Amino acid sequence: MKVAKKAPAKKRSPKAMTNDPAALLSGVVGSRGVTLVDLTQTLSPDFPPIVLPPEMGQSRPFRMEEISRYDDRGPAWYWNNVSFGEHTGTHFDAPVHWISGSDLPNNSVDSLPIEHFIAPAGVIDCSTEAQKDADFLLTATHVKAWEKRHGRIAAGSWVLMRTDWSKRADPVAYQNLDATGQHTPGPDPGCVRFLVQERDVLGFGTETIGTDAGQAAHFKPPYPCHYYMHGAGKYGMQCLCNLDRLPPTGALIVAAPLKILQGSGSPLRVFAIVPKR
Amino acid sequence: MPRAAKIPIRKNPILRTRQPTLPPASRSRVALGLTAAAARGRFELQVCRDCGAVQYPPREVCRDCLSHRLAWRQQDGRGELVTETTLRSAQELYFRERLPWRVGIVRLNAGVNVIAHLHERVGTAPCRVRVEVALDRAGQAALIAVPEQGRPHLSDDPRLREMTCDPRGRKILVTDGKSVVGQAIVRALAAAGAEVIWIGEAEPWKKVAGLEALRELPPATVVPLDVTDGKSVRELAGEIGAKVDILINTADHHSAFSIASRRGVETAQSEMDVNYLGLLRLAQEFAPLLKARAADEPANAIAWVNLLSIFALANYPPHGTYSASKAAAYSLSQALRAELRPAGVCVINLFPGPVDDEWDQLEMPPKLSPVSLASAVAEALKGSVEDVYPGDVAQDWLARHLDNPKALERELEEGAR
Repeated sequence: MKVAKKAPAKKRSPKAMTNDPAALLSGVVGSRGVTLVDLTQTLSPDFPPIVLPPEMGQSRPFRMEEISRYDDRGPAWYWNNVSFGEHTGTHFDAPVHWISGSDLPNNSVDSLPIEHFIAPAGVIDCSTEAQKDADFLLTATHVKAWEKRHGRIAAGSWVLMRTDWSKRADPVAYQNLDATGQHTPGPDPGCVRFLVQERDVLGFGTETIGTDAGQAAHFKPPYPCHYYMHGAGKYGMQCLCNLDRLPPTGALIVAAPLKILQGSGSPLRVFAIVPKR
Repeated sequence: MPRAAKIPIRKNPILRTRQPTLPPASRSRVALGLTAAAARGRFELQVCRDCGAVQYPPREVCRDCLSHRLAWRQQDGRGELVTETTLRSAQELYFRERLPWRVGIVRLNAGVNVIAHLHERVGTAPCRVRVEVALDRAGQAALIAVPEQGRPHLSDDPRLREMTCDPRGRKILVTDGKSVVGQAIVRALAAAGAEVIWIGEAEPWKKVAGLEALRELPPATVVPLDVTDGKSVRELAGEIGAKVDILINTADHHSAFSIASRRGVETAQSEMDVNYLGLLRLAQEFAPLLKARAADEPANAIAWVNLLSIFALANYPPHGTYSASKAAAYSLSQALRAELRPAGVCVINLFPGPVDDEWDQLEMPPKLSPVSLASAVAEALKGSVEDVYPGDVAQDWLARHLDNPKALERELEEGAR
């Protein structure tokens, strides 16, 4: 039997991402179930913090002092006092973190819209490039090529740059510092402008210490991901892990920073809800 | 000069580890004047300001004219060994374990008779000697007669060696090898014959060339240690704490800020976290291990060295918060000394003036070079002292502090170092 002739076939293009949590969640529920992927590094004293010249104010690394451990200090209970900078371990950057976002409304972690704590993610795999070149820079051209395969990045979604950098278990290799500073991958200024101005993303996430590349202090402007993203009220996530276990599209990111008064950021327990295929 | 001390033999693991005993430690307050001078390496006796008579033993009033105007004055110690004896039995446990023990009476040129331990190189009485002062394992002044000619070292005599903390053949932890001072100390200890030097490295992702070069030094092993991290201190104590004979705390956080030149307390907290709490963390984890091995001779735990600052004595306002953190560390070092004393483990404090490093860049000379500071550490260990004020600035500040602490405070207020 012949099928009625349809309108001329459209050029095949991937379905655009959606950023409606209700639609996404119902899609998840209606699917064959979900997998949860933890994107969080363990908060530990051994996890390296950002490095700044020593005369500058320093972000404290994670530290833990025991209060009691079933002993004379507290016979039946174990607990600790912990201390750390807001930007420690796997963490969230709010717009107020950067001077470009200093005057925006609702720019600190205590005032962010709660709707933003669940959002879809596009995951761009740069692991091959980052392995070849620690200073690899993601460009708008790369992003557009990714969109050709996986669909246009929806407004209000996270863009996560997968580099497999989190697999560097040795803190020395993870920091990757030499006399000229840090060498870690990140986005170039044009890429960030594209994501902010033309895609209106929710934020940008990386596996390295910082959403910006290690050498971004020398970019124009310096630290473009901080400058443009936060200047437009967008967010950052860094020190993420397990991005290799996420699909390019379809994952829902749950990232709720601590509700710190006027906080500029917060360590995260961030995870992804991934539909089973 | 040939040195008698050899690399210590290995411990026999089936024998019970010896417990520390101490020589008699009680002293009257006036007798502690002898110890106070000895703690700085000086042999001082009281001299009457009225009649000039030198006093021994220390007393309240002049033995000749009954004047109470007695002042401690440095002595050259020259004299004659008049008579000697060798103890072959003793009630005191410390000496009982170390018999036979030579003592003698020395007639000092200054006109008093003193009882002194005899260095093994001292000939038979009567003979010319020089009396030196040392701190015994109880931390009290002890007088040692050595030959008048030459400068025999205390560690050349196996029984007197334990009045020193000679680094030769010792296993030593230097808590921070990333500073130029820490690196210079490691080199000085290697030159002094240390058997093992563990070098603490915090934040290994920040490479410093000086530490990389030390990795080639035969006795050196770089170990992870961050004194701001209790877990790091605990883990290192677990791994090597029971081997450490001498701990040298070089960890130092120095920010050159006054109260007004830095907003907030973040840098001051970091200074306290390293300089004060870092010492506390080290003390809680390592001090019990050192105490347990204090009598495990000849490879026993013997000393704890703190690198403080002359700013601990009086606040240097341009480095106001740093001074405060060093004062806190100084205070804690006194508590540590009290806790280690019953084991005979010596706590040595160094109070250098400004050091020729990046944090004292804007300080005018004279500044102590890291190499000079390192040799002061090595000399302090080879000698028998508790408090060391290396360099001209430290000596000057100390003299002004002892003379009139309030005057020094005022002088520092006016910016005169």
